[in-house]
Amino acid sequence: MKINTENLKEDMNTVSKIERREFLKIGFLITGVFAGGTVLSLASNIRGAFASTGEFTEKYPYKPHYSMLIRQNLCVDCERCIEACTKTNEVPSYGYRTIILEKVVPDAIGQKREFIPVLCNQCNNPPCVRVCPTRASYKDKNNGIVMIERKKCIGCKACVLACPYNARYFNEEVHAIDKCDFCFDTRLSKGEKLTGCAAACPTGARKFGDISDPNDFVYQMIHQIEKQVWVMRPEAGTKPNVFYMKA
Amino acid sequence: MADESTSSKKSTIVGELARSINPTLMSDLYSNVIEFLSGTRSFYVLLVLGLLTVFGASVAGLDAIRMGYRHAYGVTREISWGLIISTYIFFVVTSTGLCIVSSIGHVFGVKNFMPIVNRAVFLSVVTIFAGFTVIFFDIENPFRMAIYNAISPNMTSNLWWMGTLYGAYMVFMAIEYVLLLLNNHKFATYAGLAGLISGIVAHSNLGAIFGMLHSRDYWYGPYMPIYFIASAVMSGCAAVLFFTWVGYKVNNEKMDKPMERALEAVSKLTILMISVLLFFTAWKVITGLVGAPGKQAAIMATLAGPYAVNFWVFEVMLGMVIPFVLILYTRFKNINVSFIASAMMVLGIFFMRYDLVIVGQIVPAYHELGINDVPALLPYMPSLHEIIITIGGLGIVASAFLIGERVFRGHKDSGVH
Repeated sequence: MKINTENLKEDMNTVSKIERREFLKIGFLITGVFAGGTVLSLASNIRGAFASTGEFTEKYPYKPHYSMLIRQNLCVDCERCIEACTKTNEVPSYGYRTIILEKVVPDAIGQKREFIPVLCNQCNNPPCVRVCPTRASYKDKNNGIVMIERKKCIGCKACVLACPYNARYFNEEVHAIDKCDFCFDTRLSKGEKLTGCAAACPTGARKFGDISDPNDFVYQMIHQIEKQVWVMRPEAGTKPNVFYMKA
Repeated sequence: MADESTSSKKSTIVGELARSINPTLMSDLYSNVIEFLSGTRSFYVLLVLGLLTVFGASVAGLDAIRMGYRHAYGVTREISWGLIISTYIFFVVTSTGLCIVSSIGHVFGVKNFMPIVNRAVFLSVVTIFAGFTVIFFDIENPFRMAIYNAISPNMTSNLWWMGTLYGAYMVFMAIEYVLLLLNNHKFATYAGLAGLISGIVAHSNLGAIFGMLHSRDYWYGPYMPIYFIASAVMSGCAAVLFFTWVGYKVNNEKMDKPMERALEAVSKLTILMISVLLFFTAWKVITGLVGAPGKQAAIMATLAGPYAVNFWVFEVMLGMVIPFVLILYTRFKNINVSFIASAMMVLGIFFMRYDLVIVGQIVPAYHELGINDVPALLPYMPSLHEIIITIGGLGIVASAFLIGERVFRGHKDSGVH
């Protein structure tokens, strides 16, 4: 809605409640209060989620450097991603590799509901890998995906506790911890270009790509400053490779 | 040259060991067995009860393996560590504490602590064994652990250090106990020192397993490893007071003066350690109240939420305040009161471990997003299997303690050298 700025110059009493709220909302957008609950200013957004500086590629020299962009407002909670993930990776009914969180804000103006898909963030600084006593969890040296060597997993569940994203569970069928591996075993290693969830997403809320390639869509979206990009739980210091924005 | 000196040193060690073995050892053992068989009726009732709980726990544990832990235990994806892990921690904290308290006498030579050494070292082996037994039923693939802990170690993992060093610790403490029985105090002291060092490093790593999870506000920070060591000494004191008193009852004997003085000294140390722990607990709560929202939520759950009874009644009152008042009121001299205080402490400390493990997990991962359908605090309730296995762990300690009192005749053979 358009705010009548002429009103603001005169008397505050003439400003309608809606106008005031809209005005506040602009302020919230700038300061990042509405950014999925993770408060990030524009400056820390660049430091926290911008992933192309020389230092970054030196430190995380993956090729391809797989990454996912979630365009949060495009998610309609159709759950086709979850379905595709379950089918592709034989995820048992008691577990999940990805899920869609639902947030309702009753006093929000306009849209009151938003959906937030979450999955393993394939962190560059993965706490799960550090805590694993037997190196069953490891970060792949080539593509940066956090993977599990099942035969080494002792099932102590330390990684489940260490993960800030609740991305892991114990899979009884395979007798090891299970988690999202960007469908590396089931799709990427067989020549597919997309993860199961990204391929199934009808709205383009999930975009899968390679942030070591400047021509890649994900690369281009997260390397601009007009739109805010954020990551989940930046305070955990994990340096995630799953980025969030609103389209 | 260097080789020669090492080999000559080795032969000395072997020689001394050989010399220290008493030729009448076999006949001693035989008379010990006779002694064991001549116990009173209540002793056997207690022992049978203890062994029955161990048997029950073995059945429950095997049943849990058959069903799958997901079905048998109350743990969930979000709360993956439950009662069994907290019981494991309870046992290893007690074991490390017993090792530290015994080392005051046996490694550092404080005479007053000598009479309690044998029993404390014996029980430190028993409690760490009980700890390993219960955690066996929580780790999904324990046999893989034996293989890959050795051939694929992760040096950055606190869990790896904890497991490996506790393994070494159990061996050192067992060796120390055997050497104490053989009256070889020189080498027993070395083994005790090795046990003490590995125990402390292992135990602080156990604290660091929690303290280094930077996404868990309730645990994160240098507090945990330090707290674990301080807490271990307190637990060790409580265990010494508790088991020594019960030991004398089991053997139906009257304490001699040196033992009374030793328990008085341990009571003093208990008061010191309770003060330290009260201080730790107070500042944990006060700093937590101004911390990150996740930490505040967890702290509030212990102060005025679902864990308030555990915290105020068991941890604070039974675990620390009442024992503190009781022991101080009797000026360390009343052994019976010290025993009652230590029994309260053991119970309170069990709840401390439980709360430490569970409360760290009850705040959901995405709590700051304000997600619907996720409760503000996640629920956890131990299952029957978990409870039976826990009781079985306590049964191992009780049975081994009772057998030890008889076979090793009240652990009296040593301490003086």
